[in-house]
Amino acid sequence: MRQSVLTRASLFAIAILAAIIYLVPTFVHPLPSWWTSFLPADRINLGLDLQGGSHLVLGVKVDKAIENNIERIKGELTNVMREKGASGVSVERVEGNLLQVRVAAASVERVRGILKSDFAYLVEAKTPQTVSGNTDFYLTLNKEELRSLRDYAVDQSLETIRNRIDQFGVSEPIIQREGQENILIQLPGIQDPERAKEIIGKTALLEFKLVDDTANVEDAIKNGPPPGRQLVYGHVGRGDSVGAEKQAYVLESRALMTGEYVQDARVRPAQQLQGASVELILNGPGARLFEQITAANVKRRLAIVLDNRVYSAPVIQERIGGGRASITGNFSIQEARDLSIVLRAGALPAPVEILEERTVGPSLGSDSIRQGVISFVVGASLVIIFMLVYYRGAGLLADVALMFHILFLLAILAAFKAVLTMPGIAGIVLIAGMAVDANVLINERIREELHAGRTPRSAVEAGFQHAMPAIIDTNVTTFLSGVILFQFGTGPIKGFAVTLCIGILTTVITAVYMTRVYYDYRAVAGKLKHISI
Amino acid sequence: MELIKPGIKIPFTRYRFIAVAISSVINLMVLVLLFTKGPLLGVDFAGGTVAQLKFTKPVTIPEVRNALGELGAGDTVIQDFGQQGSNEFLVRMQRTSVQLGELGEQIKAGLTRQFGSGGFEVRRIESVGPKVGSELRQKGAWSVIAATVMMGIYIWLRFELRFGLGAVVALIHDVLVTIGALIIANYEFDLTIVAALLTVVGYSVNDTVIVCDRVRENMRKVKRESLENIINTSINETLSRTIITTGTAILVLLALFMLGGGVIRPFAFALLVGFFSGVYSTIFIASPVVLMWEKRAAAKKS
Repeated sequence: MRQSVLTRASLFAIAILAAIIYLVPTFVHPLPSWWTSFLPADRINLGLDLQGGSHLVLGVKVDKAIENNIERIKGELTNVMREKGASGVSVERVEGNLLQVRVAAASVERVRGILKSDFAYLVEAKTPQTVSGNTDFYLTLNKEELRSLRDYAVDQSLETIRNRIDQFGVSEPIIQREGQENILIQLPGIQDPERAKEIIGKTALLEFKLVDDTANVEDAIKNGPPPGRQLVYGHVGRGDSVGAEKQAYVLESRALMTGEYVQDARVRPAQQLQGASVELILNGPGARLFEQITAANVKRRLAIVLDNRVYSAPVIQERIGGGRASITGNFSIQEARDLSIVLRAGALPAPVEILEERTVGPSLGSDSIRQGVISFVVGASLVIIFMLVYYRGAGLLADVALMFHILFLLAILAAFKAVLTMPGIAGIVLIAGMAVDANVLINERIREELHAGRTPRSAVEAGFQHAMPAIIDTNVTTFLSGVILFQFGTGPIKGFAVTLCIGILTTVITAVYMTRVYYDYRAVAGKLKHISI
Repeated sequence: MELIKPGIKIPFTRYRFIAVAISSVINLMVLVLLFTKGPLLGVDFAGGTVAQLKFTKPVTIPEVRNALGELGAGDTVIQDFGQQGSNEFLVRMQRTSVQLGELGEQIKAGLTRQFGSGGFEVRRIESVGPKVGSELRQKGAWSVIAATVMMGIYIWLRFELRFGLGAVVALIHDVLVTIGALIIANYEFDLTIVAALLTVVGYSVNDTVIVCDRVRENMRKVKRESLENIINTSINETLSRTIITTGTAILVLLALFMLGGGVIRPFAFALLVGFFSGVYSTIFIASPVVLMWEKRAAAKKS
């Protein structure tokens, strides 16, 4: 018995020391350098709701990415059929992801073969139909292809957004995939969320297209553009007056080049009559392609289209080597800087939409911390005083256990680098009120046993033993609800669930096992003749 | 000190019919309230935007509404928030900033025109799309139901089926009472309320566990006693710990409710109501259900 008390007491002493060491980084700034070299430097971090910042959930419109892909496959099908000599084939996208391949009777077998060998990722959505001598195949993407396209669209968006945010300059951002098609972004301490959102959310699809000067713009506006052409409006810069008339252009639908060849984008400061502009620097293949394009189209106008807006459409004066092009648009210097960031980071494979946004200013966070600390101090004090008055000596013991519980809880939060949120603080306060429950159960039981005429020593023994099943069961149920909450919760709520679950573990350790060591010590020392309870 | 003297004998089970009748009526009223008035859904669940504004000088709600111009019209709700004299307001609107970053800028622009750029601060702005809102609503409801069922199963496994049933009925009662109180007090339902409801489920069941534990113990000790008497004795014997364990939790909740600030107040309120209800339902709901189940089983046998 004596040995066991000694062992348990030393274990607790080590645990308390470790807890203090784990908590030092949370409360001491900056840590001395000798500390960080061999002691833990992890600390409790403040959640966005306490330190201020933006929390965004973006939805990637993967269907759009898949549609784009279907369009690309449509082009590929047409080309491959032509190359492999299957004549009388036409491909249309009928709806969503459905392609209709119309084949003249003579080519049906050949087309079937090509589909099998070159387009294995396409499956027949319904049985082919024969309409007036032609056979219509209905094709769509198979499941694996669909899934990999979805994954690719989300992962690629994530990468691109990460690039953009890195260049924008936010310290310790969190960018991760959430669920199937969503991206979670947390930007701590950000000052200008509006601008950040603009940078994150821009699709930034850059295209170079030729202007069709033979087409009549008025006509295209009225009756729609001729086949193979599209109507695109010009960009209205921030400097332009509101309601400035947007110029319309008739462009050839086919993009000669896209933003994937952009190696770098730099801001060119404003000159006399113009706002700032963005200079594009193309990579090797891009530079060669750009040279070919400009050489083949001298004296024609080349439109620079970003996210379906024409930024400028200069006339190509001569062949342009060196791989440089510039986008002018009467930008402010900040607009130009943001534009250069998104161009450098590349385009999103699909548009994104903001599903959820929570931004907290820094002043609200510090108010919340203050209110949380005050309610903790007041709440815990009330509990401590109550226990002392109600159970006297045993109450004091429960109070000491409560303090150690708080120490352990905070230390574990720090060791796991947990994020403290406002609901998390509420959880710590609440747990302070629940932590003494086990002591109450034990003390009540001891009182009962004393009433039944037991000696203090055997009453303590019986009290612990009989209270134990109820203590375990009550804590398991609360723990279970914490686990369910963790499953359900997002952000701040998860913080509450985590403190609840960890707190339940530490209360059992301090309220049951720690107090037991004390009673056992007294029993061993022969001092358990009286008990103050 | 002792709040409840040992040897106390209150015939709780004798009042069970009247207690069940009153509780049933209350629960029914909550259900009616739930489906007529309905809970006031926060942006987490309803979708929309909420902005918390703080002004340096005292302003009135109509002034704020005026400054917001077009944004302040329609179903936009503006209310006082925080402590008296803190000049804080909560602005709620149905729309979200689908257009990237527009809404926040519009709010700022409107307020700057009226109060100057140093005259106010947008302390918080939250936007949730309608799709996310309905998803969260469903997930929240299911998690509360799942937790309740799980508690019932746990009690069933640890004790007996009839105790599990009693616990589930008592928990449904606690959740409904809490929801009803939130509706009447006009608090918004958001994610923290779901957290509160789950905590109520996990904690209210504790009192039931304590009573069940004692009933099991007493059933082993005295074999000839009727179940009704055993339950009654057990409730009386555990009364002081039921009240004190919940009481200490209530002490800290009162501190949170009064000092924790506007964000945490509805959460603390829900827990306060739920924990009170938990003590009541253990005594007056869970035990009668166990007894009724017992009587029905006995009637079937004979």
